[in-house]
Amino acid sequence: MNSFDVLILGAGIIGCACARECAQAGLKVGIVEVNIPGGGATAAGMGHLVVMDDSPAQLALTRYSRSLWQELMTQLPPTVEYENRGTIWVAADEEEMAEVHAKQNIYASAGVDSIVLDSAAIASEEPELRAGLAGGLLVPDDAVIYPPTAAAYFLAEAMQHGALLLRGHAAVKTGTGVVTLDDGSTLTSGRIILATGADKTILPWLPLQKRKGHLAITDRYPNFLRHQLVELGYLKSAHKITEDSVAFNIQPRTTGQLLIGSSRQYGNEYAAADNAILREMLNRACNYMPALAHLSAIRVWTGFRVATPDKLPYIGPTEDPTLFLAMGFEGLGITNAPGAARLLADEFLNRQSEIDPTPYLPSRVARMEVAHG
Amino acid sequence: MAKPPTLIVHINGRATTVDAGSVVSAAILAAGVPCRLSISGAPRSALCGMGICFECRAVVDGIPHCRTCQLVCRDGMTVGTQR
Repeated sequence: MNSFDVLILGAGIIGCACARECAQAGLKVGIVEVNIPGGGATAAGMGHLVVMDDSPAQLALTRYSRSLWQELMTQLPPTVEYENRGTIWVAADEEEMAEVHAKQNIYASAGVDSIVLDSAAIASEEPELRAGLAGGLLVPDDAVIYPPTAAAYFLAEAMQHGALLLRGHAAVKTGTGVVTLDDGSTLTSGRIILATGADKTILPWLPLQKRKGHLAITDRYPNFLRHQLVELGYLKSAHKITEDSVAFNIQPRTTGQLLIGSSRQYGNEYAAADNAILREMLNRACNYMPALAHLSAIRVWTGFRVATPDKLPYIGPTEDPTLFLAMGFEGLGITNAPGAARLLADEFLNRQSEIDPTPYLPSRVARMEVAHG
Repeated sequence: MAKPPTLIVHINGRATTVDAGSVVSAAILAAGVPCRLSISGAPRSALCGMGICFECRAVVDGIPHCRTCQLVCRDGMTVGTQR
């Protein structure tokens, strides 16, 4: 009863995706979750399935994961609200237009479709954008989902294949093949996947940093927006490691609501909304879409992305041969969940992975420590 | 008793005569159309009538999500079911 082939700590979208992959492969799976499955970072984010190209390894994982989402598309229940909206990276000026062309070349080399929009084309795609923008890059196959229901779907699929959800107690310690829960009971498993997001109880030394973000959601304004829009300046601001920043990032929901982001704050672990940065974020959005100022937002919340020093997740084995990581996805946990789950399942089943798993191996942490002296 | 003064509001495109002083949600109810449609398309109308339940939202003079139970009709006002 308390022995598993794979025991997953954390039932966020990453843990649930891992559970589904492993259970479908015939492994006996347990999932430990102290709170509500999908109730942490999974519930706080936007649910943008996006190919990102900060680094070749990030591009490879996001492209691969997006292709896995596309395979799932037809079987996802309507509650997941998968919509093939496409992303438009918005270029404000000619300097950013140069980035649009560079980005298109990178995407093309990875086999990712994208279309350059000029000033007139972006205005016709998104009439509510302010006039006079230089253009943008449309990535038509990027999509939007509602992440908590996606996690619930993965979990339900896993449970249909025999996975067991163990609710109510947190894992506080792991030893070789053994997990100790906060009530003192133990579970045994050949493999343990740590997918606890920001919770570093098990490996407190693991280099992970919380980055606080704000989101606002409006009332329903159907047809105000067609694509997910992100300003190209987002890439510049998101790269800053130490400063707080905001960027224009807006998403249409199936309900007609608009989800407005984004902010990044460092060293702020308070969950309360921060009015100063929220104002800055909404002003930034109104600067790109002036009509937003007349719409009503009905709710604001915060969440924490969990980032690694090199901005790539930890996926794979640790020095304890029974302990595996699936952590540190920063803003890309929703996008990358299926890819991370597949890479781990490949490892467990001795299958050849479709993409090179080495850039995400946690063993690079030791190397990073050496590199930093 | 003198007949109360009336005014005209346009509800879903139809000119409708209402007593001066009527709240918009009452005019919508009298016109027999829903204030708004839910996400699944179900018709909704004023429930609490005191600005709390938000079921009476409609588009008034082009502005969506107006709580019509808190608005008094003006002559020439346009009112539309919120979709």
